[in-house]
Amino acid sequence: MPTLVPLWSDVCLWLLVLVGLWYARQARRHEPLRAPWRAVRRGPMALAAACVLLVYLAIALLDSVHLERTTRPADGAETAILSVLDVLLTPLRLGVETSYSAPFATRAFSQESVLTSAGRVQREYPRLRYGAAHSAESQGARARDIFQRSATGAVAGLALALSALWLALPAALGRTDRAARAAGLTLLALGVGGGVLLALATRYHVFGTDKVGSDVFYQALKSVRTGLLIGTLTTLVALPLALVLGVAAGYFRGFTDDLVQYFYTTLSAIPGVLLVAASALLLDAYMTRHAEAFTSLLARADLRLLALCGILGITSWTSLCRLLRAEALKLREMDFVHAARALGARSGQILRQHLVPNVMHIVIITTVLDFSSLVLAEAALTYLDIGVDPSMDSWGNMINAARLELAREPLVWWSLAAALSSMFGLVLAANIFADAVRDAFDPRQREFGLTPSAPTARVCE
Amino acid sequence: MSAYLIRRLLYALPIVLGVNLLTFVLFFVVNTPDDMARMQLGERRVTAQAVALWKAERGYDRPLFWDASRSGVDQLTDTLFFTSSQRLFSFDFGRSDAGRDIGADLRQRMWPSLAIAVPVLLVELALALTWALLMAWLRGSALDVWSAIVCVAMMSCSGLFYIIGGQWLMAKLWHLVPISGYGEGLAALHFLVLPVLVGVLASLGANVRWYRALFAEELAKDYVRMAHAKGLSEPRVMFGHVLRNALIPILTGVVVLLPSLFLGALITEAFFAIPGLGSYTIEALQAQDFAIVRAMVYLGSLLYIAGLLLTDLSYVLVDPRVRLA
Amino acid sequence: MRKLSLPLALALALGACGAEPLNNPYPTAESGRSILYTTFEERPKHLDPASSYSENEAVITSQVYEPLLQYHFLQRPYALVPLTATEVPQPTYYDAHDQMLPASAPDEQVARAVYRLRLRPGIRYQPHPAFAQRDDGSLIYHGPRKERPGTVRSLADFPRLGTRELVAADYVYQLKRLANPRLNSPIAGFMGHYIRGLDALGVVLRAAPDRSGGFLDLREFPLAGARVLDRYTFEIELTQKYPQFIYWLAMPFFAPVPWEAERFYAEPGMAEHNLTLDWQPVGTGPYLLRENNPNRRMTLARNPNFWRETYPTDGESGDAAAGLLADAGRPLPFIDAVHFMLEKEDIPQWGKFLQGYYDTSPIAPDGFDQAIRFAPDGSAELTPEMRAHAVQLSVATQAAISYIGFNMQDPVVGGASAGARKLRQALSIALDVEEMISIFSNGRGVVAQGPIPPGIFGYREGAAGLNPVVYEWRAGRAQRRPLAHARALLAQAGYPEGRDPASGEPLTLYFDAHSTGPDTKALYQWYRKQFAKLGLRLVVRMTDYNRFQDKVRQGNAQIFSWGWNADYPDPENFLFLLYGPNGKVAHQGENATNYADPEFDRLFTEMRALPNGPRRQALLDQLVTLARNDAPWIWGFHPQAYALSHQWYGNVKPHMMARNTLKYRRLDTTLRDQQRKAWNAPQWWPLLGVGGGVLLALGGGWRLWRRRQRATIA
Repeated sequence: MPTLVPLWSDVCLWLLVLVGLWYARQARRHEPLRAPWRAVRRGPMALAAACVLLVYLAIALLDSVHLERTTRPADGAETAILSVLDVLLTPLRLGVETSYSAPFATRAFSQESVLTSAGRVQREYPRLRYGAAHSAESQGARARDIFQRSATGAVAGLALALSALWLALPAALGRTDRAARAAGLTLLALGVGGGVLLALATRYHVFGTDKVGSDVFYQALKSVRTGLLIGTLTTLVALPLALVLGVAAGYFRGFTDDLVQYFYTTLSAIPGVLLVAASALLLDAYMTRHAEAFTSLLARADLRLLALCGILGITSWTSLCRLLRAEALKLREMDFVHAARALGARSGQILRQHLVPNVMHIVIITTVLDFSSLVLAEAALTYLDIGVDPSMDSWGNMINAARLELAREPLVWWSLAAALSSMFGLVLAANIFADAVRDAFDPRQREFGLTPSAPTARVCE
Repeated sequence: MSAYLIRRLLYALPIVLGVNLLTFVLFFVVNTPDDMARMQLGERRVTAQAVALWKAERGYDRPLFWDASRSGVDQLTDTLFFTSSQRLFSFDFGRSDAGRDIGADLRQRMWPSLAIAVPVLLVELALALTWALLMAWLRGSALDVWSAIVCVAMMSCSGLFYIIGGQWLMAKLWHLVPISGYGEGLAALHFLVLPVLVGVLASLGANVRWYRALFAEELAKDYVRMAHAKGLSEPRVMFGHVLRNALIPILTGVVVLLPSLFLGALITEAFFAIPGLGSYTIEALQAQDFAIVRAMVYLGSLLYIAGLLLTDLSYVLVDPRVRLA
Repeated sequence: MRKLSLPLALALALGACGAEPLNNPYPTAESGRSILYTTFEERPKHLDPASSYSENEAVITSQVYEPLLQYHFLQRPYALVPLTATEVPQPTYYDAHDQMLPASAPDEQVARAVYRLRLRPGIRYQPHPAFAQRDDGSLIYHGPRKERPGTVRSLADFPRLGTRELVAADYVYQLKRLANPRLNSPIAGFMGHYIRGLDALGVVLRAAPDRSGGFLDLREFPLAGARVLDRYTFEIELTQKYPQFIYWLAMPFFAPVPWEAERFYAEPGMAEHNLTLDWQPVGTGPYLLRENNPNRRMTLARNPNFWRETYPTDGESGDAAAGLLADAGRPLPFIDAVHFMLEKEDIPQWGKFLQGYYDTSPIAPDGFDQAIRFAPDGSAELTPEMRAHAVQLSVATQAAISYIGFNMQDPVVGGASAGARKLRQALSIALDVEEMISIFSNGRGVVAQGPIPPGIFGYREGAAGLNPVVYEWRAGRAQRRPLAHARALLAQAGYPEGRDPASGEPLTLYFDAHSTGPDTKALYQWYRKQFAKLGLRLVVRMTDYNRFQDKVRQGNAQIFSWGWNADYPDPENFLFLLYGPNGKVAHQGENATNYADPEFDRLFTEMRALPNGPRRQALLDQLVTLARNDAPWIWGFHPQAYALSHQWYGNVKPHMMARNTLKYRRLDTTLRDQQRKAWNAPQWWPLLGVGGGVLLALGGGWRLWRRRQRATIA
């Protein structure tokens, strides 16, 4: 019987989901919050993007429930702790070849020495152990098989998506308008695409295999969690700091203001990359000194990921803090705040009841805007060797490894293509969604000087 | 005005001090002087004696912050932090841990960084303004919609993609520019084409969208309707009014970037083997050369403060209503 | 129209450069000249022969400095021949009573070993301002002068140059420099054991008045172990027998340094502009360092004062047929200048090589398939694409070993107990080194059967050299023992099925590592797979380089990968890595696994002093057998160096010990220019395509705008 072993990042992610649900409940109840979200909902692009984001989130959540098998793994897997996604994708995870193979290939990409029956060593392209192992090798047979499988997958995916639509749409969306139709179509497309991919992935390496023969499609799916975590957890770290300090500085002014301003100016004066690098090295030193605390590879990689989020959070809270401080400065002179003060409300109460709710839209806008640049920053940081743990599946690690593959002839393009396209999908959806959110919450964008390029984007230069 | 400047400069002092203290703590907790010595001396046949000598030669054998064995002010001043900060503040960067003079390197490597950053800024500004203006002008048309889609797509690509793809296409497949490298003087020109192109592409999408938003907002204002009503032609409205008014936030946004142009683009420089300050920083990080990293952080913070100051000043210049007190 | 005109103007500007290919990264003025283009990845830290020890530094210093001896360019096995010396010296041994001893005298009797060295007369230093003299013979740029400092930025600011003949005292001067504490010579401690008085000199110099940045004239300080006999002759005295010492005489550590150079660079204002001996070497070699800009490139130019060294006239059999003797007897060097260009990334470097802009190239791990494929018999050959470019391939097994070490002080994998030994043996079998070589080094390696690499005395081939702990000899070749054997060993070691009997859990082992680049993840994934074969759990403790070194130094590591590159082609240089008194933790030596076995140590000390011969071979066999059985290392592999060069690059024969081989090389620049043009014809259509696209978009925009205007008017 498998037991649940929550990793720290799992806990954080699920916590975030809970916070999101709580927020949704609040938003449904309070009209001022509800109106902008309704505006977001009305945009067809935004709703379609939200569907895509939900699919990514679902993958990440599936990957964030870790189980430990009590029986010893017979398959030689290096760790007994697996996520639900790992279990679901068992054929992909275990279908490990010896080295590179192209998408849908039947034979390895490079030659290996094989001992022939006559006892001679020969170099040849060996047949893959798992990829297309079931089908005949001829071109026609393979194409037919691929077609049949994709058709089955498409039908299954379509059926699933349709039934989901039939169940969910009327309840969630009330009536069918243009946006709902767009969302429905997106869901159908995702269903069909996902069905085809999954149907093929069980028998073929749809995105080929990497240097040690792992399935690239599987890696790309596993990377979703890393990317999402970095995009969201960073905000979780930055948010309380920015919110408390920014609002307090704006409201109390005087010495508090000076102190907070000094604090964030100093931090943002340090070039971000150097700060991240120093902190990453610091963490390394800490882990070496406390090696016994991290016996499992997963725990180490997990802590490193969390730490990276923390570090990025610390470097990115300053810009949000500055915005919040400016807004709080403006708000404290508003009539309703004066009124509350006149009625004898205490500072804490005013902050909680009047200031924080009124700056939340800025928080939401920055959060969604920062998300995509953080996902992109991960790749750049990994290039500099200060990103996530090398043993962790992430788009940055994939791109980093693919750098060398581009110099090969014939080109090994599939790793890079898989990483870039899956990352592109997430970032594109996030960007579209963020736009809609910004338009809805802040129709006059200049008020906060929010530039579309978030400050963390500087890391990617 | 001058009182304001002086006040701002005084205000910068504790910030620089704070930055310095923070980097010092961060890097010295990570890397003890012993680590640095071994890193620099290599790994073969290094004796403890050699390490001690190396430290003594660079002053790394002194205590970090506090020398209890001394008395009076010396307890504070005869320490590694105090002496090295003192030198840094007087722009004497000293020698890198590998033994080269940092100041000389900085002076030399500043130019290649600028040679990339300045053209990127200018080309980007010209392209993005033209494009955004077109979009705002033809808002709602197919051009506007498709441009928006292209922009979001461009924003969603990793910067590494542009670099790797650009090198592969332009240099490897089409033989149009050298893959990487750098030259002196005019010879640098054909090395710069690709990095500049990559730099422009990587940030074009975001900027076009922002500029378009600014223009669109300007277009929605009353005075534009007024101008139209007066019978002014569309080009005159666009260039005479909209562009001029929207330029204010654009220019202040650019000004804050100006000083940081010196620091160079980290990854672009590394990939194109351009001997600028960006690749200098990366090399120093990889070699864990603390002296260089500290000098770069110090320089970076100074430039950041300069950027803030320039922004304030530019507000005054473009908008007479703002007064600095 | 702005967008359109930009690429067009650019194209015109570029097109104006003439017939040169557009992507030529070098100035037009350089084409057709005899310049060799090659790369460096990391800037050299030291070019001072006293402190330089890295491979990438030796590539420069070996061309500029000339030690006493060198390796013969063509002969194999590697043989020492004189360079600036007139002959390879034979040591004379004396006992404590100054009685001369025969060469076969036992170690403990020898109290002094004296090497007498005689120089070729007439060798002169490169032109350098340090030697510039006035008419009265005084040196111009020594001592305070009013126009400096401040005006000097580079060596080019010194108009007057001079030279001087190489004398014996220059070698002695450099010997003393090894002891100078300010130079941090990496071999000072090591040589202090051998050269008489070197340690003592170090103590004296440390106490010498600290003239910060000033000139410490080493001529005033005597070194007991070095005596100048006349202008061209000197002696080095060792305190014990050390037959390997002559190999050191072929390294830049024992190159001459003129005192004038040190004095010159000690002038105030020099160090501020990186004008030091560390950056601007002064030597007698075939090349001089003309430009040292480690931020971009370093260039070597022909030394006009180079003595008339000639190309060797004899070689191995087959060298003549390979055309390697065509230049026999001609004066060296053949190439006028060498440009080392900074390349940090593999991809640009490889791309430029294929375009003909680098003359030579190592093979990047992932460019391998593009360059090399394996013939049916398993031997490497060039791919059709490479052969179309007429690229030449040279393969050589390096005098080096890359191994996985067990920390012998670790409570689980270390120690001399039978259980721990069996555990190590089982792991040695399970870790499939063949697969590791094939995946991570593209097959560029020879599986190590013990510490001694091929080409070094003591190495045995075939069945005689088999490591019986890990391999068995079947069907005429070495085959790895089956996993079942490893499992049995593991059970005997007390871990049946890989489980720790105490906890019932799989035994957890730790691999200490530092990140080494893009391949890291795949590599450690692979290691875990290997250990999982025995049911063991492997945790990779990844950290940064410093921390990793620290762990190994303090004995906190458990399993780690490590390597050694030979200093000289002698088995002693490999077996000393297992010698107890060289232990890393206890003695800060190079024995990273801290292996210590009294029998091994005894045999080693005996072997060390013997000349190559049957007795030495017998001892080496015993030593290797001992080490194999104790298995402190998983023997890993001896890396092979594959180097590519273009057809116009001549006299290529890989030499794994010598670094000063640039002087033998040859370039056919006409052929190079032809090929570069043929390979780099620019493709214009993409630019036209982009221009067309922009035009279309603009046209569409224009039409839209017109329509809108009409609509507004209407």
